[in-house]
Amino acid sequence: MSTTDSVGWAGTRIAPRPFVDKLHEWVTTVDHKRLGILYFAFGLTFLLVGGIEAAVMRLQLIRPHNDLVTPQVFNQMFTMHGTTMIFFVVMPILFGFANYLVPLMIGARDMAFPRLNAFSFWLSAFGGLFLYFSFVGGYGLYGAGTAPDVGWFAYAPLTAKTFSPGHSTDFWTLSLLVSGFGSIGTAINIIATTLCMRCPGMTLGKMPLLVWLNLVMAGLVILALSPLTAAQLMLLVDRYLGGHFFDTQAGGSAVIWMHFFWVFGHPEVYVLILPSFAFASEIIPVFSRKAMFGYPVMVAATVAIGFISMSVWAHHMFTVGMSSGGNLFFVLSTMAIAVPTGIKIFNWLATMWGGKIYFKAPMLFCIAFLFQFLLAGLTGVMLGSAPFNWQLGSSYFVVAHFHYVIVGGILFTVFAAFYYWFPKVTGRMYSETLAKVHFWLFVIGFHLTFDFMHVPGLLGMPRRIYTYEPGRGWDTWNFIVTIGVFFQAAGVLAFVANMIRSYFRGRRAGSDPWDAWTLEWSTTSPPPEYNYASIPVVKSRRPLWDLKHPEDPDWKYE
Amino acid sequence: MSIIAALGQAAQPPLSPTNIFAPVSTPAQSIFELSLLVLAVVGAIFVIVSGLLAYASVKFRKRKDDDGREPAQVYGSSQVELAWTITPVVIVLVLFLATARVIFSVQDAPRPPGSLEVTVIGHQFWWEYRYPGLNVVTANELHLPVGEPTFLTLLSADTDHSFWVPRLAGKTDLIPNHPNKMWVEPRETGLYLGQCAQYCGTQHAKMLLRIYVESREDFDRWIHEQAAAARTDDLSSEGRRIFERTACINCHTVAGTPANGRFGPDLTHLMSRETIGSGIARNTPENLRAWIQRPDALKPGSLMPPMGLTDQQLDAVTAYLASLR
Amino acid sequence: MFSLIAAEAAIFVIFVVAYLFYLGKSISGPTPSVLHVPVFLTVCLLSSSWTIHRAVAALRRGEIGSFARWWTSTIVLGAVFLGGTAREWQHLIADEGLTIRTNLFGTTYYSLVGLHAFHVTAGVIALTTVSLFTLFGQLKREHAARVDLVSLYWHFVDVVWIAVFMVVYVVGR
Repeated sequence: MSTTDSVGWAGTRIAPRPFVDKLHEWVTTVDHKRLGILYFAFGLTFLLVGGIEAAVMRLQLIRPHNDLVTPQVFNQMFTMHGTTMIFFVVMPILFGFANYLVPLMIGARDMAFPRLNAFSFWLSAFGGLFLYFSFVGGYGLYGAGTAPDVGWFAYAPLTAKTFSPGHSTDFWTLSLLVSGFGSIGTAINIIATTLCMRCPGMTLGKMPLLVWLNLVMAGLVILALSPLTAAQLMLLVDRYLGGHFFDTQAGGSAVIWMHFFWVFGHPEVYVLILPSFAFASEIIPVFSRKAMFGYPVMVAATVAIGFISMSVWAHHMFTVGMSSGGNLFFVLSTMAIAVPTGIKIFNWLATMWGGKIYFKAPMLFCIAFLFQFLLAGLTGVMLGSAPFNWQLGSSYFVVAHFHYVIVGGILFTVFAAFYYWFPKVTGRMYSETLAKVHFWLFVIGFHLTFDFMHVPGLLGMPRRIYTYEPGRGWDTWNFIVTIGVFFQAAGVLAFVANMIRSYFRGRRAGSDPWDAWTLEWSTTSPPPEYNYASIPVVKSRRPLWDLKHPEDPDWKYE
Repeated sequence: MSIIAALGQAAQPPLSPTNIFAPVSTPAQSIFELSLLVLAVVGAIFVIVSGLLAYASVKFRKRKDDDGREPAQVYGSSQVELAWTITPVVIVLVLFLATARVIFSVQDAPRPPGSLEVTVIGHQFWWEYRYPGLNVVTANELHLPVGEPTFLTLLSADTDHSFWVPRLAGKTDLIPNHPNKMWVEPRETGLYLGQCAQYCGTQHAKMLLRIYVESREDFDRWIHEQAAAARTDDLSSEGRRIFERTACINCHTVAGTPANGRFGPDLTHLMSRETIGSGIARNTPENLRAWIQRPDALKPGSLMPPMGLTDQQLDAVTAYLASLR
Repeated sequence: MFSLIAAEAAIFVIFVVAYLFYLGKSISGPTPSVLHVPVFLTVCLLSSSWTIHRAVAALRRGEIGSFARWWTSTIVLGAVFLGGTAREWQHLIADEGLTIRTNLFGTTYYSLVGLHAFHVTAGVIALTTVSLFTLFGQLKREHAARVDLVSLYWHFVDVVWIAVFMVVYVVGR
């Protein structure tokens, strides 16, 4: 990073700063770029941990009646895997990108509340560490300690003291409560920054799509994370103050936990996907050499998705016994949300159409994202049809569907984003060859695992089972699914190796290696602490296009 | 489509005894027919859009002999955008209406008077079945008559469970303090498999379902046998004495004896069942003995504690249970 | 601050939903009929919105003394509200036998009203902090915007009380 270079003014060498000093700087930083990098490091570390948990599960399921791990450990694995991946991998990485990019893209010098920003990060980090302390803390003896084993959505009354004595549920509740406050803090920051700190000339209609998508995402976080906080407070009241919110023996309702959780849980997945759309919306135009097709509709579709997403939650509860009218409402809202989502896919396609496509790593991952997200959305429509859901729900079909979205959709765009902005953040180019190795290994592994995972669901295999009976026709499929894990692991290793090696030995990248059009490419790589020497003034959505093409600027057409 | 056909071979043994595309009961059949429509629509969309995507990726790639100029910048097109908004809306409406029809036909199906009713109570980690009005209480293996609708009331004694036998119907959850209803109408006799589909604790994976669909005569005969009190060969056997003096009677019921616990499965006609432990082991004296000695060995995390009996006691109790036909 | 208020409002909505859902569902134990309508306390709390409004207006005019009087009145009214709630609870626990673990009504009542009281307490602490700054002469006219933000939070707490009051003491009884 430029601020800790050991080359001083006029080329004189000054002594490198002690490690403790550098560490202190990082721990106390309030700079949005540094915090972004801290989020990345945190998220990527937990990606490896969550991946190991997945590998353990898949190895246990490679054949029926396997005994690699006990049922107790397996149940902890799927709980920890889900909780980790959602709250301590994807959310931190996406917040990291939001933190790093939003101020740069709107021509600001930092976020609106830098100290709140740092506080939010450390809250999330603490939440993650606290969750993992459960493996060694608590009763800490039987195999894997007292890690949560109630599933990542922790249905009542399994979480009541009667059915979950000990502290496993409490680790789940408290770690998410704490990191939830961190997420709300970051969301407040994103909203305030976006609404108040745009550079002159950048009206809301001229913001990059990434900024729009993160704004809507932040709004969803504000509205959606709070129900989870409320429900978790109620759970704590039940477990420790003798309350009866979810105590079915006292007339309480297990179903109301499901409603509260999914009122959070469904918008949460849109919180995860909107930034992914953001990455695709920045990368696809640049690598197709064309402006985004239909910017206004993309914004409208995003806002529509944000609103509708708050009304679809009970499609996770079609089997719970709601009335036919209730089921019908949620079928309609679920299918309705497919419309703006599908429109976005068409817009990306139209951006590529008639363009000039460069197959660099960011674009490869985005093209794969388009195919995979299309399929994931379609299996989602299948699941949205309630009677079909009565068969497919709670089965491996659902597991395949949501991994298709989260891995095939979100993780692919996250990889694309890492490659795309790596030169800006580090000032160096990554190895394109190694990136392509990563891509192909990961794509093969992804499809081996998650394409074939749909089949056991269609053949009646429910989820969250530590083993299964032979003779149900599930054996071969499970075997293939497990094999894919090895390819994905190899791909991720290639990715990590690329990041590390290129950081130290990559070719120096200039400020604009991709010939791109948004503001962050106008400053150095990496940007100075203050981002811009003078605050830019913009006239269109692609300020750098205007500079590079003064004969044909965007503002003539917008 | 051919995959679906292959998956749904009902005439031959299906790819799997729990294949959702091999329905043998009315609700499952309704769902299957709806699923064909949904799959057709969704499949067509996938083929068209991914085809366009593949085409675009190839046709518009940067060629080696590129002139370095930027392509024409197109910012949008109202007609195209309108078209691809209207089409999905129409598709959504069609799917929604088709779905609504099936929701009503399955969920709000009228109950013919006199139809069979069974109460299913989910436990950690076994199934209790009661036939109200027929004085039958049994566990883990459900018998139903073929060709008639049976209405199930779903309750739970502890946490959430889910009743899923794919070839008979979609799944419905068993939630404490929230009774649910479902129905099946099997049209072929046979044994149908399933298992609990809502995570309920350590042994969720081994809460298996076995549904025996039989002819009316066979079903009536089974009911008659189940409704009778316990029949055992040797009324004053050593095993029975141990059973009735140990904690067994606190959890289990054997009709006509002092044992009337309800925490564990009813054992009155234990030997009429093919499996024990909710479907995980064949009902043989060896397995029975192993189970009583240490249930954890067959089903780690099972809520039945090891009874701490000596080898002699174990043999005696097993012999007693093996006589409960 | 608006974003924070939105997030907090969402939390309260969930507790209100739980309260309404469980009305009449308690299997045993005291029912909402044991509640006395806290008219005086409500008047106190709602008046404190007026006093804090006057305080901020005074600060904008630079009248620190007037500000301090109105601000302190707000704190006093808030404290009276908390004290009154405590007394009400003491009566409910000791005389009516209603605790958070008694039944569904107890759980939802204490949770909802308690969550609100917790936010009032946090508000009183924030207000007192501002008072301390004033006492040490640190508060100036140019801080009016920041103090206004704090008053925004206080108004939110009052609005929530209106909602809680309607749900618990009007609709629910």
